Amino acid sequence: MLTFIAKRLVQSILVMLTVALIAFSLFRYVGDPINNMVGQDTSLEERVELKERLGLNDSFFVQFGRFVVNAAQGNFGFSYQHRRPVSDLIAERLPATLELSIVSAFLAMAIGIPMGVYTAIRRNSWLSHSFMTLSLVGISLPTFLIGILLILLFGVVLRWLPTFGRGEVVQLGWWSTGLLTASGLKSLIMPSITLALFQMTLIMRLVRSEMLEVMRTDFVKFARARGLAERYVNFVVALKNTMVPVITITGLQLGSIIAFAIITESVFQWPGMGLLFIQAVGNVDIPIMAAYLVLIAFFFVVINLIVDMLYVVVDPRLRVDSAGGH
Amino acid sequence: MLGKTLKALLVGTTVLAGASAANAETFRWAFQGDAQTLDPHGLFETFTLGFQGNVYEGLVKYNDEMKLVGALAESWENVEPTVWRFKLRPGVKFHNGNDFTAEDVVFSVNRLNTEGSDMKVVASLIKEAKAVDDLTVDIITPTPNPILPNQFEIFYIMDKQWAEENKATEATNVKGGDEGNHANLNANGTGPFIVKSRQSGVKTELTRNPDYWDKNMKSNITEAIFTPIAQDATRVAALISGNVDLAYPMPVQDWKRLESADGVKPLAGPEARTIFLGFDQLRDELTASNVKGKNPFKDVRVRKAFFQAINVDAIRDKVMRGASIPAGLMVAPQINGYSEAMNGRLPYDVEAAKKLMEEAGYADGFEVTMDCPNDRYVNDEQICQASAAMLARINVKVNLLAQTKSKYFGKVLAQNGYDTSFFLLGWTPSTFDSHNVISSLIACRGGEDKIGSFNLGGYCNPKINELTAKIQSETDQAKRQAMIDEVFKLHQDEVGHIPLHQQPLSWGVSDKVDVVQRPDNQFDLRYAVVKK
Repeated sequence: MLTFIAKRLVQSILVMLTVALIAFSLFRYVGDPINNMVGQDTSLEERVELKERLGLNDSFFVQFGRFVVNAAQGNFGFSYQHRRPVSDLIAERLPATLELSIVSAFLAMAIGIPMGVYTAIRRNSWLSHSFMTLSLVGISLPTFLIGILLILLFGVVLRWLPTFGRGEVVQLGWWSTGLLTASGLKSLIMPSITLALFQMTLIMRLVRSEMLEVMRTDFVKFARARGLAERYVNFVVALKNTMVPVITITGLQLGSIIAFAIITESVFQWPGMGLLFIQAVGNVDIPIMAAYLVLIAFFFVVINLIVDMLYVVVDPRLRVDSAGGH
Repeated sequence: MLGKTLKALLVGTTVLAGASAANAETFRWAFQGDAQTLDPHGLFETFTLGFQGNVYEGLVKYNDEMKLVGALAESWENVEPTVWRFKLRPGVKFHNGNDFTAEDVVFSVNRLNTEGSDMKVVASLIKEAKAVDDLTVDIITPTPNPILPNQFEIFYIMDKQWAEENKATEATNVKGGDEGNHANLNANGTGPFIVKSRQSGVKTELTRNPDYWDKNMKSNITEAIFTPIAQDATRVAALISGNVDLAYPMPVQDWKRLESADGVKPLAGPEARTIFLGFDQLRDELTASNVKGKNPFKDVRVRKAFFQAINVDAIRDKVMRGASIPAGLMVAPQINGYSEAMNGRLPYDVEAAKKLMEEAGYADGFEVTMDCPNDRYVNDEQICQASAAMLARINVKVNLLAQTKSKYFGKVLAQNGYDTSFFLLGWTPSTFDSHNVISSLIACRGGEDKIGSFNLGGYCNPKINELTAKIQSETDQAKRQAMIDEVFKLHQDEVGHIPLHQQPLSWGVSDKVDVVQRPDNQFDLRYAVVKK
């Protein structure tokens, strides 16, 4: 097991290097950062000199090499826009994104799984049909639009919820949390629903089709024949066997939730990493873009690793396999 | 008896509590971006300086009518042609309690010239700053400079002692290496508001400075909270839902919505920014055109034809929702040196334009690429689209290249060798004086005098460069105006650029507050009032 983890961690470094390489090869196409960093009256000489000082005149490989060497020492450089170390900015913004993502993932599962089970068991009830129709909306409407519609309804028309931001936050050491204040919780509702909706419908549809599959298998029929309670058959025997693909998808989706929080964060001006990134793209803030992309790659690798380890917990057959060795 | 006293006490407390609640006036506002730094010498940019202006102050400032009035200086005079003497306001204190003196002014002048400073253009106006006594400063200029006080409006004064204690004697450097620069994230000015907390890009909270020197300040705000909101739709929603009291810019297409919504209204006015088109008149062959071996824009008839083919009134009515002001000059009415008599435009006349094209030998037109930003000015891309459609009528095929500002400026500015044949640009002179427009946009570029760096099309008339130098140092206002008029006349006759319009300012405000909209798009908390 330990060798497995170690191996994956080594692979993760390779993944991050590749992401950094691709990112750097794209940065030359995002535009010129200098004009965003100086006023209109700043002279040409000063602009040229600034570009030189930032090392933007160096060749691609020199810039990339410098980034890798610095990043290996934990130094992600200095944001052009904020004039602060990128690592500070990311540490400041990380809690907002993680809280939003985790709450969304939790919502998606807590609502998506029971809905999936229900629509599988009562396939023809009107509630199932309405769930299915609703899920179509969730899958097909873009996140941006859902966010705007929610803002319009609950923020502008009904005025129940704040339309932007994170509300009051409480500082717990370096972690800032919005989960402990009323305004923080209220602010979380719309963004987390917006972000969760797509995953929720995905999970629901996945659980439903897996359940339908499993219900037809012999061991479920056998469980029924043994006279086990219907509830036990549905939720323990059948559901457990649908879990492997669900865990894979949910796990991988957690990565996407964190990465695609960008859109939700910019619609709700949620002060997380995604918002930091999208503003960095607009301002050609290369150090932030590079650090963010590498960090997201790292998240994906770690989440995949955790998913692989969860398989073993859920599916005993894998355990026997690894114990037996090949 | 005891009961009575208790009751009186209770009533007293309630009244007190009520009073303080009534006095607490919170004001929330949102802009599309954040002030990039709190360092007053870190970035010469309108919003950043405007925001800092609530915390820091210069020797002079603009009041609510854009008149130059004293701030940290009580009076100033040109004692010799190259010496401006500023008498400082006595009894002013910085937020940390330190006294404001002439030493702080001298220190701030020197700080303008440190490596990270983006205000070196202001530093270049000053040869030396001398403290005559505690409350008198002499500013010695390299040449006579009649508009120095105007140019000082955005030059804010920092406390010398505070800067030394916090190792912030040099301006925050974009390059980095001075992560600890205290002045980037903290502020200690003399202004009416104190920075209580700041998270860059997220939120900045200000509280009122109880010891502010100007006891007649209009504002009754005790706490002000600023949030940058990047998305237009989110910003509009934040205003309509009452989550902020002021938000800008508002998309002009949303004005109707703001008018119909309860409790808010759009606040529009002319901005001092002129939007114009320009053409490459320098190269012998255009980089982005099908005409080979020659440059059609070198022919004044072609430039004139382009001018007459564009219908600015239609752009105003259809693209700008009636809110732009067509312009004949490269400067707006608010700018020093503007002349109403000269603001006329050549008439819109497609037939005349066609005839000019024919005379120039381009009856069948030609193809040219137009560079245009799509997120910099109000409806910039739509203006370019409309212009392209109008130019099609004189057989010119415009290939529109509209891009985000970072890519657009990265292509057309000096660093990239002015790679453009036909472009749209906008300009507000930072000094609010015509000289800035002439020396940046109109004078020949690439000369010894190092001016004309935003003259992207390379329009050149050496006479204008001569006049520019004279305008810079002429102290007689009438003579100066005559020279400015002469430059604009030459430029108009030769159709150096096509001025289009002044774009509108577009703010959205809640009915609960009163604010003053300045034509340079700055917002000053001093003039913001929360209504009772």
